[in-house]
Amino acid sequence: MTSGMTSNMTPGVNKATGKPAIISMRNLRKSYGIGTPVETEVLHGIDVELAEGEFCALIGPSGSGKSTLLNLIGLLEPPTAGELSVAGQSTTGLNEQALTVLRGRHIGFVFQFHHLLPAFTALENVMMPAIIAHGVATAQDEAVAHDLLARVGLASHEYKKAGQLSGGQQQRVAIARALSLSPRLILADEPTGNLDTHTADDIFALLREFNRERGSACLIVTHDPRLAARCDRRIELVDGRLAASTSVAEPA
Amino acid sequence: MARPRLPFEFLVALRFLREGRMQTALILLGVTGGVAVIVFLSQLIAQLQSTIIDRVLGSQAHVVVRPLEEVNLRARTDAASTAVIEPRAQRLRSIDQWEAIVKLAEDQPGVVAVSPVVSGPAFALRGRASKSVALLGIEPDRYRRIVKMDTYMVRGKFQVEGTNAIIGTELAKDLGVTVGDKVFLRAAGGRDELLQVTGLFDIGNKDLNRRWVFTTMKLAQSLLDLPGGVSNIDITVTDIFEASQVAARLQAGSGMTVDSWMTTNSQLLAALRNQSVSNNLIRSFVIIIVALGISSVLVVSVVQKQKEIGILRAMGTSSNRIMGVFLLQGALVGFVGALSGVGLAWALLQIFSTIYRTGDGAPIFEPQLDTGIALSAAGIALAVGVLAALIPARRAAKMDPVQAIRA
Ligand SMILES: Nc1ncnc2c1ncn2[C@@H]1O[C@H](COP(=O)(O)OP(=O)(O)OP(=O)(O)O)[C@@H](O)[C@H]1O
Ligand SMILES: [Mg+2]
Repeated sequence: MTSGMTSNMTPGVNKATGKPAIISMRNLRKSYGIGTPVETEVLHGIDVELAEGEFCALIGPSGSGKSTLLNLIGLLEPPTAGELSVAGQSTTGLNEQALTVLRGRHIGFVFQFHHLLPAFTALENVMMPAIIAHGVATAQDEAVAHDLLARVGLASHEYKKAGQLSGGQQQRVAIARALSLSPRLILADEPTGNLDTHTADDIFALLREFNRERGSACLIVTHDPRLAARCDRRIELVDGRLAASTSVAEPA
Repeated sequence: MARPRLPFEFLVALRFLREGRMQTALILLGVTGGVAVIVFLSQLIAQLQSTIIDRVLGSQAHVVVRPLEEVNLRARTDAASTAVIEPRAQRLRSIDQWEAIVKLAEDQPGVVAVSPVVSGPAFALRGRASKSVALLGIEPDRYRRIVKMDTYMVRGKFQVEGTNAIIGTELAKDLGVTVGDKVFLRAAGGRDELLQVTGLFDIGNKDLNRRWVFTTMKLAQSLLDLPGGVSNIDITVTDIFEASQVAARLQAGSGMTVDSWMTTNSQLLAALRNQSVSNNLIRSFVIIIVALGISSVLVVSVVQKQKEIGILRAMGTSSNRIMGVFLLQGALVGFVGALSGVGLAWALLQIFSTIYRTGDGAPIFEPQLDTGIALSAAGIALAVGVLAALIPARRAAKMDPVQAIRA
């Protein structure tokens, strides 16, 4: 509950909705090539909060900094300045080990080019986050992976190597993999970017379904206005700045 | 079962290796070859060296104590021709207080056996034949621990007592005698004795087989006119390469001249050392080449696996564990290469030992593989694998996951 007086004391709670925030950032900045003649600031102070379970699109022209923002949120690289909290925990000053733990526990990634591990089968790819977290695959991990692959419609493709699957199938595996540890946040960078419209709709629908069912918040980078329109909220980046943020009424 | 049973690092390391088929096969081949060369070479050289040392020390004491004067003379004429050193011109002398020196030697650490010997020149006569021989008066139980005479006996036993004489096969042939016959022995001073041949030995050296005649100490003392004296003390030590230290200590303690086989065979020793040095040089080069091979293949693999590394990092793998995956690849390659390398070396030994034989058909070297050599080569391969993987593994760990994913 927020009293509204000292919002700094409750960074993990969304001021507007009162729901706890899965991500909150204050004045987040990112520069590349620091200390070199080509030093450029890509993100110029971003303030965004994403509530638990929120389904949000991140839109904007090419080069506006969407992927960069996603990578910061995903703790894959550190911001140059500003505050970032993930799952209520401030990430400032955390070492690589702590960031890795936080990332592994709370965040699932879906990339544009599906990025499966080619040396592993579909099933093993889906189990991989669990193997990383648990050290070795447990029977429970295997059951979860079976389940997830069935849910994305690939029950009969479990033992195929990643390279033997079509693009759409690979992206389904990637979604199943992102969900394998039931993360509270899924970050998807153009998950439908190189798929045809029909397949893109399917993938998008899957993300939506898992969001409704499990309450995982999703932040989806997309260039497709049709898909963006189907999200609860749209965050738009233009030249590394927040342009507009449209909230849509929460589906109760 | 569909679930991989291996822990994360093993699972990923093995898959990465399996995926890079050709590269993995090549480094495995390299490690196998390297280990095989090292094991084979070390085994060969160890065997040849021990054969040579056995031959040399088979009829020679490790350390010999001699009277002071004789050696002083020898020392002074060291550079001169051997003819000068020949003991013919020299009167036989006994070691002063030899019983005390025997006791002193027995108390030295590293000394296994001590045997006083009375030796000097004599003639062996039989009918018209007269042969110049070296008379050796010994106590058999002490002496057989210096030179393993029992193993050299061709006929009869090494039983030195009464008026028994044990002679070499060549001398027996020259004199036309065998076990049971009698031989007349006359020392340089003119004393003589009729001896009964009770044993023939073949010590593997024709000259010694022609010259050595063993009798009791007492008999030799009276023949050589050395009552109660001994001309030298033979000593066996535990570690033959410690012989010179034992000799030095004994010389300091006794005041006598004490020589070790290492000084009397210094050229042989130098040759053996050179051989060991060149073997070590070859080993070092092979190790360096194998290490560079593993390292370069893994560096390439890290670059190829950039994307996978990024994905694994995004899924919650710490950079330390990524490093572990690549170190493990080095260790696995080293380990498997060591196994197959030792196997190959073993096979080579089998083949070469049947191909290369001495003139009389005996193998030049034994096909056995020394477990110590095999284990140390395997250990080195494992260590080299891990060390060679260090640089690639650190590169993999330092790789920026974002760059890897964007690419
Ligand atoms: N490592 C880097 N070094 C320097 N500049 C970088 C680096 N990574 C990204 N940039 C720059 O940051 C800006 C934003 O890049 P980003 O990839 O975030 O854009 P984007 O919004 O995802 O674009 P797109 O829609 O094309 O994927 C670009 O101008 C890019 O050139
Ligand atoms: Mg992008």
